[in-house]
Amino acid sequence: MENWPQSFFGYRRENGRVGVRNHVLILPVDDISNAAVEMVGHNIKGTLAIPHSYGRLQFGADLELFFRTIIGTGRNPNVAAVVVIGIEPGWTQRVVDGISLTGKPVSGFSIEGGGDLATVAKASRQAQEYVQWATELQREECPLSDLWISVKCGESDTTSGLGSNPAVGDLMDKLDPFGVHLCFGETSELTGAEQVCANRSSNPEAKEKFLNTWNAYNDFILENKTNDLSESQPTKGNIAGGLTTIEEKAFGNLQKIGKKTNFIDVLEPAEEPTKGPGLYFMDTSSAAAECVTLQAAAGFTVHLFPTGQGNVIGNPIEPVIKLTANPNTAVTMSEHIDLDVSGILKREMNLDQAGNELVNITVRTANGRHTCAESLGHREFVLTKLFRSA
Amino acid sequence: MTTHFIAHDAADTVGVVVVEKVLAGQEVNGWIMETDETVTIKALVEVPLGHKLALADIQNDDTIVKYGNDIGRAVSDIPKGGYVHVHNVKTKRW
Repeated sequence: MENWPQSFFGYRRENGRVGVRNHVLILPVDDISNAAVEMVGHNIKGTLAIPHSYGRLQFGADLELFFRTIIGTGRNPNVAAVVVIGIEPGWTQRVVDGISLTGKPVSGFSIEGGGDLATVAKASRQAQEYVQWATELQREECPLSDLWISVKCGESDTTSGLGSNPAVGDLMDKLDPFGVHLCFGETSELTGAEQVCANRSSNPEAKEKFLNTWNAYNDFILENKTNDLSESQPTKGNIAGGLTTIEEKAFGNLQKIGKKTNFIDVLEPAEEPTKGPGLYFMDTSSAAAECVTLQAAAGFTVHLFPTGQGNVIGNPIEPVIKLTANPNTAVTMSEHIDLDVSGILKREMNLDQAGNELVNITVRTANGRHTCAESLGHREFVLTKLFRSA
Repeated sequence: MTTHFIAHDAADTVGVVVVEKVLAGQEVNGWIMETDETVTIKALVEVPLGHKLALADIQNDDTIVKYGNDIGRAVSDIPKGGYVHVHNVKTKRW
């Protein structure tokens, strides 16, 4: 019998997915609706307003990614209900329609022709109804297979490759057989380990999709570089910390997917998985807040974030659990660290034990325990923009 | 017993120092995580925290193995217990 709980308590949504949080989201379609959104968030206690910077004059693939991210954020099962506010009715309704396919309560309000104050009055009444409804929902016992876990590391150092990333990998190897949905990303940071990563696919289609995705990124680098990149990867800071080659850095990153777990499909940024349980690779930026925002928009409900030097990131709707194997960071930034695995470096803890502790803190977080990032108010909601606006 | 360095896989030809530093001539203990074995070698030079020691005699142009994978090639001979970094190892990519 494993040394962790076999179930957790979550909110089962209308579409069968399970949330580990119960947010009533106040979601702007565009940047100029942020003021109204924040007024509703202030008026109605228990709501979560998430302003952002985009949503006007985008087009093509950039616009598609924008809608996928905004709609996906509303669709995430950590969200109980959504109030959508946009400047005009067309795109507002497009967001409402995308979210309503989940069956959850969602209403849209547009500002043109009525102004902020009248819109805020109507939207606030709707938000109040949603909060009073959502706060009566009860958690129920759910199997581990209802967990959707995403991972990404940041502010990495040599302790990440030694301890915190392999601890995440151990969790993946333990939970993958239980039918958990798992997701890793960071296309750029896999450079140097791309062939080994490609071979961690479970089928030829996934391998080809991964290599196409990585090659598209590499072509972009080759077009824009002015030297052989050995001055940039690893960085001067990485080298000072002991990392010698880009391969060494990339293999440290790849420790997060463990030793046995193979990815079954490759996702576009913010794309919801459709091939059932297992590990997915998502084409993402390696910037922390962008990556987690995309993974949350794809429906992942708990995030694991190993750090070396101490990244402080959070996300508004997906709880971000931070772990470190750096004993200095565990002390100097203790208010940001949910799990200290620095015992690995002193051989006081092995990877199996670290992985068990990580599964336990993940289940406790799913059950409702607030992460460090949640308690400190970290709500980084950062949209990925592909190119300039029209 | 103090663990001075850690190697991931049994196949690794380098280990990472996990104490503030190891000193020239010091007998140092290493933990091979994959097999949970302990190995002891003699450090030939001072190597700081987070940096790498050679776990075997490495010849010029040999592949350096860490995480069980190819992380580059030696550009000079490196003796067992020697310091492995950008002065004697390069990526094969560029």
